[in-house]
Amino acid sequence: MRGNREKKNLRWLEVLGIVLGLLWLAPFYLMLVNAFKSKSEIFQGVLGLPASFRFENFIQAFDDLDFLQSLFNSIMITGLSILIIILFSSMAAYALSRNKSKLSTVILFTFVGAMLIPFQAVMIPLVSIFGQVNMLNAGGLIFMYLGFGCSLAIFLYHGALNSIPQALDEAAIIDGANRFQLFWLVIFPLLKPITITVGILNVIWIWNDYLLPSLILSEETATIPLKMYFFFGEYTKQWPLALAGLTIAIIPVIIFYFFAQKQIIKGVSEGAVK
Amino acid sequence: MKNRSLSYWLFLAPVMISLILVVAVPFIYGFVFSFTNWDGLSIGRFVGLENYVSLVQDEEFMNALWFTIKFAVVTVLLLNVFGLGLALLVTRNIKTNNLLRTVFFMPNLIGGLILGFIWQFIFVNVFDQIGTLLGAESLQGWLSTTQTGFWGMVILTAWQMAGYIMIIYIAYLQSVPMDLIEASKIDGANAFHRFKNVLFPLLAPAFTVSMFLTLSTGFKIYDQNLSLTNGGPFNSTQMLAMDIVRTAFSDNQMAYAQAKAVVFLMIVAVIALAQVYYNKKKEVEM
Repeated sequence: MRGNREKKNLRWLEVLGIVLGLLWLAPFYLMLVNAFKSKSEIFQGVLGLPASFRFENFIQAFDDLDFLQSLFNSIMITGLSILIIILFSSMAAYALSRNKSKLSTVILFTFVGAMLIPFQAVMIPLVSIFGQVNMLNAGGLIFMYLGFGCSLAIFLYHGALNSIPQALDEAAIIDGANRFQLFWLVIFPLLKPITITVGILNVIWIWNDYLLPSLILSEETATIPLKMYFFFGEYTKQWPLALAGLTIAIIPVIIFYFFAQKQIIKGVSEGAVK
Repeated sequence: MKNRSLSYWLFLAPVMISLILVVAVPFIYGFVFSFTNWDGLSIGRFVGLENYVSLVQDEEFMNALWFTIKFAVVTVLLLNVFGLGLALLVTRNIKTNNLLRTVFFMPNLIGGLILGFIWQFIFVNVFDQIGTLLGAESLQGWLSTTQTGFWGMVILTAWQMAGYIMIIYIAYLQSVPMDLIEASKIDGANAFHRFKNVLFPLLAPAFTVSMFLTLSTGFKIYDQNLSLTNGGPFNSTQMLAMDIVRTAFSDNQMAYAQAKAVVFLMIVAVIALAQVYYNKKKEVEM
């Protein structure tokens, strides 16, 4: 009896899950089917499939978005930012975790406390200061991402490092390694799971960031979100073209998600639990 | 690694330099600037509390503040209900578990600006056509009134972030000891009692994390606001973050915008600290 009822409940949950899943996907479906239509076809109906698939929309959007250039810009800026966040934050967290002193505690708390400051509170002086020293460019932007991203990274690395025994450090020192060798050859490889978490959380944030690039980058160095904003402004009410542009812009993310979904979901949940 | 040693400081130097230049110095400068009439070009004169006095009387700012508070309260409630609901659904023994998790989480990877544009299409065109088809006037002209603009923002944010909150709840649900649930089943507790008396208290840390996250993103939201409603009609759906950006970079009232940013910072900080303190008190010891 009981088993039967549970089975029945489970079947209802399956149905509920599928309905919700389809509901969640609906916006993407609407974007995609209408990207293939003409303006008048959208006007006639938004829900159905297009009569014929107009790939011209995509070709034009691809051109007007200067897509390869903005994809390259996004990859360079996101990649370099994450690289330096990982390198420098793991080193700093190592120093703080291997030196338990009042000073280290104060430094750690300063970094963690900085996470409470919303971007808007520092935005105006930041742009003004960096503007005065001619650093409103991709290099300056990457340096800013280090400043904003290091807090969470140090916090996560610090937690992971505390569970790596100090005896390992001592053994390596006895074997004649210096601090740099010890860290990069012995400790850093052990931090791989948390490095993946830090990497994932920062990819999601930096890849999608709009506000900071909009204050700093020019049209030639624009990342995908920034370029998308310019593009959308140009094609207001030209929905087929705008939707084709949006579709192109999210393709890299979908590919990334397809290959790394396990790590992404794991990374996000680890970031939340710690 | 002694803190007098060179390697200690070498390891710390890059992040300390970046934090100082990117966060600490602008933070202090910003605070000082908020008491001047700096316009971004000339140095500016000290004006005391003038900026703060005028922003209290600034209808646009107060409107943005009120709109943001309403938005944050509604989204925090919805996101926690949806997030926990979805988490409970996909941790049951159903076949589509992993696929559903992937689907629900997907919007979070795409970014608020792009999602806002997609939903602009849905509210403006899809809702409109469905409204015409069904003769439901309430579905027409979305984003063209303050009310529907508000709910548009809520729907977009709930759809986008529910999957993120779901992941957080899943992480904590998995650490709930299953024998506790089993024991309460044997003791004859029904689903409701199990939820209220066993699961709910054990999930308290998850509430702390997810409320912190939803509340602070609710207050800081910008991209979605920009791409979905662009603050319109007549700035009535403009939230705090957008108001600050526009005051600074469209109106060039740098010092005044900075005063708004300082108030914004204080609101976010007070809410975050109060909420964490309150929730921590309610958590049970495992």
